[in-house]
Amino acid sequence: MARLAGRRALFAVPVLGAVTFGVFAIAAASPFDPVKAYAGTAGLSASQETLDQLRANLGTDRPLVTRWWDWLTSAVRGDLGVSSALRQPVADVIGERVGWSVLLASAAFLVAVLLGGLLGVLAARRPGGWTDRAVTSLAYTLEAAPPFWLGLLVMWLFALRLGVLPAGGLTDTGSTVVTAGEVARHLVLPAGVLALSQLPWFVLYVRQGVGDALQEDPVRGARARGLAERTVLTGHALRSGMLPVLTLIGSRVPELITGALLVETVFSWPGIAAATVESATAADFPLLAALTVLATFAVLLGNLLADLLYGLADPRVGFDG
Amino acid sequence: MRARSIRVRGALATAAALTAVSSACSAPGEGGGEGAATSAVVGIAYEPETLSPLLGFGKDGNSKIFDGLLTHDADLTLRPALAAALPKVTDGGRTYTYALREGVKFSDGKPFTSADVVFTYETILDKGTSNPSKGELDAIRSVEAEGDDTVVFRLKYPYAPFAERTVLPIAPEHLAGGQDVNTGSFGTKPVGTGPYKLVKWSKGEQLVLEANPGYWGGAPKIERFTMAIIKDDDVRATRLRSGDLDGAILPPNLAKAFKGSGRRTYAARSFDYRTVTLPTGNKVTGDTAVRRALDIAVDRQAMVDGILEGAGRVAHGPVPTDSEWFTEGTRRTYDPKKARAILDEAGWRPGKDGIREKDGVRASFPLWYLSGDKLRQDHALAYASDARKIGVEAEVQAGTWEVIEPRMPEDAVLAGGGSPSDPDFDQYPLLRSDLAGDGFNNMGWYDNARVDRALETGRESGDRAERKAAYDTVQRELVKNPGYTFLTHIDHLYVVDDRFGDLSTQVEPHDHGLAAGPWWNVEDWQP
Repeated sequence: MARLAGRRALFAVPVLGAVTFGVFAIAAASPFDPVKAYAGTAGLSASQETLDQLRANLGTDRPLVTRWWDWLTSAVRGDLGVSSALRQPVADVIGERVGWSVLLASAAFLVAVLLGGLLGVLAARRPGGWTDRAVTSLAYTLEAAPPFWLGLLVMWLFALRLGVLPAGGLTDTGSTVVTAGEVARHLVLPAGVLALSQLPWFVLYVRQGVGDALQEDPVRGARARGLAERTVLTGHALRSGMLPVLTLIGSRVPELITGALLVETVFSWPGIAAATVESATAADFPLLAALTVLATFAVLLGNLLADLLYGLADPRVGFDG
Repeated sequence: MRARSIRVRGALATAAALTAVSSACSAPGEGGGEGAATSAVVGIAYEPETLSPLLGFGKDGNSKIFDGLLTHDADLTLRPALAAALPKVTDGGRTYTYALREGVKFSDGKPFTSADVVFTYETILDKGTSNPSKGELDAIRSVEAEGDDTVVFRLKYPYAPFAERTVLPIAPEHLAGGQDVNTGSFGTKPVGTGPYKLVKWSKGEQLVLEANPGYWGGAPKIERFTMAIIKDDDVRATRLRSGDLDGAILPPNLAKAFKGSGRRTYAARSFDYRTVTLPTGNKVTGDTAVRRALDIAVDRQAMVDGILEGAGRVAHGPVPTDSEWFTEGTRRTYDPKKARAILDEAGWRPGKDGIREKDGVRASFPLWYLSGDKLRQDHALAYASDARKIGVEAEVQAGTWEVIEPRMPEDAVLAGGGSPSDPDFDQYPLLRSDLAGDGFNNMGWYDNARVDRALETGRESGDRAERKAAYDTVQRELVKNPGYTFLTHIDHLYVVDDRFGDLSTQVEPHDHGLAAGPWWNVEDWQP
């Protein structure tokens, strides 16, 4: 297990290096101009002289490889550079926000996995039964519903109609201290929406996996031996039916990140999302590269986690693969 | 078969849910926000990148946290702020002398002096400072302090509207001076002399301000002023309705729904125009006959009624009709018949497909708008449809500025702009021929010697009547040779809770920042 984790960590180094270069190259090739983005609306009335000065100050007039190498060497030494779009050191930008994003995403992910597993098993128990039909239709509906629309819907229902939950922000509007209780209340809607948007995949995978497992020989054997349905379901079907879901956990991380991005915007959640969009459209190299490294890292970690869980759940697989 | 029926059912469920939401959204809202009238929470759509005046924050005044030497009152007349009086102008409009207000302190307790003024202006003008608006201070040759309480600006050329530029907020040298101007922490933890102090800026969520008890103009009655940053219009409306917000900026269709709900709607007049550039370099749009025909072929009133839902006015030029700088006699009357006659006379004959032609040139040109900007898109489509009726084709296309900019010399663009404080600020860069193609200045490559001369007179003359005459000339020339088709001036709509009483709005520019809207003078509210 440690060997697998160690090997993956070594493998991550060239991947991260390649990804940062890719980001610099793509951003450089994109039509977005960092200077225009920096200047914003003021740039629409700026003279060429001002724009040229900005270009020199931002250092975006240097060649691509030089900029990448400078960024990489100082990043390795712990200096992530300065974000031009947000006029702040990149470390500050990320430090201020990433915690809130991680909180939102992990809460949502946990809910999605648990609730998805539960609904999936319920649906798989009697394929074609009313629970199955209800759960599957719900899953398809949610899959078709865009997260920002779901966001508006729950905001209308819980904040406006019922008035039980706040409609946005991290704390009450106007409050300056962050308390755990307030954050928890404000977390419910955004995390719920994000969980709902991730839910269908887990439901459908678990339903399929457990449904298939119920048809397999060991389950038939168990039933033939007269074991209780409950033992058959949790002991035999669920364990082998969950295997494809573990793979899913790893591959859903990128989706989770993009989903969080939309949800954060709708709920004015002070996470990393807005900074991510801004860094991309502003071709803000240092911030973009740092965020991409973070996202890549999250994906690699998700994959590693999936592989480890897979090994634990299915002894046939082992940790060498 | 089963999968398909499930998918259909899913779609039906979604549709049903959608209907439920849309009908619910039009239901009247209940209850305004309760809470002490000593605090106010407003929803805004825009978040500043920085709160440092050195990087452009609050350059048009009214930044809440800072003060300028001068400030604007409700009808945009200049009033002294950190200066004790309006400046003395000498040396034929080349020297501006400001006597400073005495006893003013920054909110950290340190005194404000002439050194802070010099520091602010010199830092902005420094080549290494990444302030995109620094061009606005181009006229300055030097800033000098004479003692602690006098500052003298010397200009490169006589610049009549210079005093308008000195609403720019002043930063404290003792805090902002010791760090990197472009990336330092002053941009997120600003300290100024203004009526409010920043308590917390949670990026993407909210800006919380607290009254500055030692404010030289008297401590504000609204002790806590929070600006919640909510980019999505629908979300902002929902949070206003839920009582979470006391006020918000909203587009006309959403503002309408708040009529009679314990809230008041304020329409702020603006100089914010939408215009179509007609580039001189294009054989069609460069033709004066085509320009004049288009100028009277567009149904501006229909755009105000249809696109703006009445929240705006027709634009006959860069200056709105109710401004004192507007030139009577330059109103355009909608007259497609006359437009066709102008084109016929100039030799533009209808071709087979109804589009006119002259000397083998088809009366067709591309018209770009900024992709994602619904308002500009609607204007562009309405413009194209009106042009089509007189046999001119405008091919509407969407793009980002990166796509549009290189095409500006030949392709038409649906542009926006407008600055209320002085006609020079907007018209000089928009119309001067020597600024054509300089960044985003004079996007239409307008070239008219009479206009150039008038703009120079308007900029340099210190005499009000002479300036008025100059801008009259500009507006009349734009009737004779309209290098831009001005379409509408847009009102900005705000909805605010009744308990704050009757509020006022300022005339607003195109680029309305943090403190526009009824809360432009929140420090003076009397709840």
